[in-house]
Amino acid sequence: MTSTGTATSSNNSANSPASWQEWEELVTSALLGTERRTPPVAVPGKDAPSALLDAAAAHTVRRRAGLCAAPAAAPPALATPDARPVLPTAARNRLAMLLTGRPGGGGGGRRGAAPDLTELLPQWLALANEHGYAAPPEALPALLDAARARTDLRPQALAFAGPRALWLARLNADWKFALRATPGGAELPAPEETAEVQRLWEEGLFAERVALLSAVRAHDAATARDLLATTWTTERAEDRLMFLDSLRVGLGDADEPFLEQALTDRSRNVRATAAELLSALPGSALAARMAARAATCVALDRTDGKLVVEAPHECDAAMERDGVTPNPPSGRGRRAWWLGQVVEATPLASWSARLGDRTPEQMVALPVADDWQSELHGAWCRAAVRQQDAPWSRALLGTPAAPGASGPGAVSLAERAKLLAALPADERADWVAGFIAAHGLSEAFQLLGGCAVPWSQPLGHAVVDALNIARDAGSYPWSFSGVMGLAERCLDPVEADRLESLAAIPDEPEDGAPGAVGYWSEAFQRLVSTLRLRAAMRRELTGT
Amino acid sequence: MWGLCKGSGSKPYQTVVDVADTTGPAYKCSCPSRKFPCKHALGLLLLWAGDDGAVPDASAPSASAPDASAPEWAEQWLAGRRTRAEKKSGTGADAARSADPEAARRRAERRAERISAGATELEQRLTDLLRGGLATAERAGYGMWEETARRMVDAQAPGLASRVRELGAIPASGPGWPMRLLEECALLHLLDQAWLRRERLPEPLAATVRARIGLTTTPEGPPVRDRWLVLAQYDTADAKLTTRRIWLYGTESGRTALLLSFGAAGRAPELALPVGLSLDAELSPHPGGGQPRAGLGERFAAPEPTSARPPGLGPWEAAAAYGTALRDDPWLDSWPVTLQGVIPTPVGDSWQLADAEGKSALPLTPAALTHPGRWKLAALSGGSPVTVFGECGHRGFTPLTAWPDPAGEAVPLC
Repeated sequence: MTSTGTATSSNNSANSPASWQEWEELVTSALLGTERRTPPVAVPGKDAPSALLDAAAAHTVRRRAGLCAAPAAAPPALATPDARPVLPTAARNRLAMLLTGRPGGGGGGRRGAAPDLTELLPQWLALANEHGYAAPPEALPALLDAARARTDLRPQALAFAGPRALWLARLNADWKFALRATPGGAELPAPEETAEVQRLWEEGLFAERVALLSAVRAHDAATARDLLATTWTTERAEDRLMFLDSLRVGLGDADEPFLEQALTDRSRNVRATAAELLSALPGSALAARMAARAATCVALDRTDGKLVVEAPHECDAAMERDGVTPNPPSGRGRRAWWLGQVVEATPLASWSARLGDRTPEQMVALPVADDWQSELHGAWCRAAVRQQDAPWSRALLGTPAAPGASGPGAVSLAERAKLLAALPADERADWVAGFIAAHGLSEAFQLLGGCAVPWSQPLGHAVVDALNIARDAGSYPWSFSGVMGLAERCLDPVEADRLESLAAIPDEPEDGAPGAVGYWSEAFQRLVSTLRLRAAMRRELTGT
Repeated sequence: MWGLCKGSGSKPYQTVVDVADTTGPAYKCSCPSRKFPCKHALGLLLLWAGDDGAVPDASAPSASAPDASAPEWAEQWLAGRRTRAEKKSGTGADAARSADPEAARRRAERRAERISAGATELEQRLTDLLRGGLATAERAGYGMWEETARRMVDAQAPGLASRVRELGAIPASGPGWPMRLLEECALLHLLDQAWLRRERLPEPLAATVRARIGLTTTPEGPPVRDRWLVLAQYDTADAKLTTRRIWLYGTESGRTALLLSFGAAGRAPELALPVGLSLDAELSPHPGGGQPRAGLGERFAAPEPTSARPPGLGPWEAAAAYGTALRDDPWLDSWPVTLQGVIPTPVGDSWQLADAEGKSALPLTPAALTHPGRWKLAALSGGSPVTVFGECGHRGFTPLTAWPDPAGEAVPLC
């Protein structure tokens, strides 16, 4: 090995030790100056510096010419082969474009009419994963860099990147996140390998164990619960909380004994989580106890047909054991706080029997005495969300056209978005379409975010119509930039043709904001070109 | 051809395109657009290309529009252009005539004298430096080299100037710099001496020396027609110039050739050839011993996909190939080589390309280690052998393009 930093070894006769020693003397002499240190070469009739340079040139060229290959180090392990089919060429080029595309794409920070490529990457990845394509190896570094920068991309990006990305991540510290973030990745043993699973569960790091438990739970709920039970009593409280949380996936009646036992846990947070999980099981003993408590609090007055509410007078030890938090946050009455928690944990199905075989709609429509309506309906909303109960959610949402404050459930926008999640996708889209038709887009962003992509035809039409109305009203498009951005990502690409006409620049209305017409046209152009691009993306990946 | 285009103004834009010119199409439009050709001219061309007779031809009125001879404004422009073009070719001919061999020889002699004076001065500076010691160079800093480099520019020896400028960066390049500085000083000294005694050198080596000094060379060799596989294309930039290097491999002749093209700073050079495609074209080699540079002659077809790959060597043979190439050009930093069946392997903080038998390996250059292409190469390999084209030199190996084994498309790494 030379010490030149060239790192190529030179071990043949041209680079013998004697020659190397002479070279080192030349360097020393050159560094100090030939006046102070006479070089080991002397040629009659030539001054010392020239002779030194002559000799150094010969040495340099000789050594370079004599360079040899270095001994090989142990090769890296082989990456697990990726059996998925190869990406079509057009899709591969598209991926490269999406990965190098710069956000905004224009000067001055304002978005022009060009599509925002980085926003399309998640969709592209989802689509590619749907078709089960393998990532082209040369795209992996850029893909890992993108996933490193954007945590929201990670699950899709890593699923698409496949086993070779994990192989690569082990060689580059920048990509360590990939090794942490992949449940079911090559790092974890397959759920069927019982011995391996048991070993990792007992010896693994916390993050690995959480990932392992989730993976096993997704595969077989009972096995995961049994695995957790083997070490439950020896886990730390924070860890118990995280492990318990992973039981949300595949929660079923079989989990009840384990959860019931966790109700007596030393940690209050663990107890509360166990109670919450149990209350989501309508058949559980806890749910029955809660239903009994709720029945004593809420009754139907036969004389005037009103609901009479009698909130609990105390939070006894049994209630606390079942997860009721005794102390309310400041500003809330204790009894109302307890009532809310009891009703929230009560199976919604029990109300029908309690309140005279009424449907959810009828029960929600019942008048409530003494200003208890908002407390009761609020608790029902939380229960409907927790129990994912479609009929109750439907009843509490009311008609989309009704203004928020006077709706039957008197629910906030955030609660509505959560209730919508319990409805089937079509119904959800129709409800949001109705809401937009009645109230416009200004409050629709959150609701739209929960709708299935691509948007159904009625929903898409409602959004486009509302945008059209907003434009005609003379406001600026950036007031709707959130919805516009969503529309670019979620509208069905077949809408592009219908939108084309909107992208033309019409005459400026007299009462409109100055310049707004041009900006709207630009915004619609971007919408159309993004939709076209998405259609092309889909074609490339599906071949249709 | 000509046309009128209705714009937003009251007067239509007058658009003329001349496609009869042998030097390429020319455009003229009365619109204020600074884009060239403007959209009106492009539209006119599209109409002309798409539909026979839709656009009147200025020089030969078509039968479908017999009265559509060009209007005055179009004729004027065309006539003006033709006269200018004739004038230009006239002056070109004059220049050619004035460039009689005698005057050209005198000019070349004057330049050679200036370069010789510069080389002698540089020799003096190098000996002074060695007498006082390289340690003084570290203290003197970059300014001393910059000044010397300017003197070499004045001496019309740009090759010497850029080498001198690179010397200035070495003292700050980390441990072992005295050794690297002595190496480069010695090679510079070798180049000076070679120039001063060029009459005594064999002609191919003399040509290499002239090119290294910075005299422009022109392709001289007989053109070689081949299907050239585009091995790699990459740009390097300094303050004034963007240099593009394109490596080609003749699938029939087995030659490896280098095309150089230049652009102003910050702008991409015009010539672009996509890596992995094959190009049916003629190349004329530049003079000089064993050097790969060539000029691109006639292209017979657009680049097309190919499954051809350059034949590869092992690490030993690649190092030997560089050594052999130094015989013809001792100033070579690296030599184009294709490695076959090598595995990118991490070694501590560094990487090497090791042969599949695990016997020998070439380390990557420090520059290649920080380049993102290294990770592409690693990803492509996944621990399996790949074929890699790159430049092999005394600093190590710079990978430029890789092919997965046993089959697959070329992946550019730079």
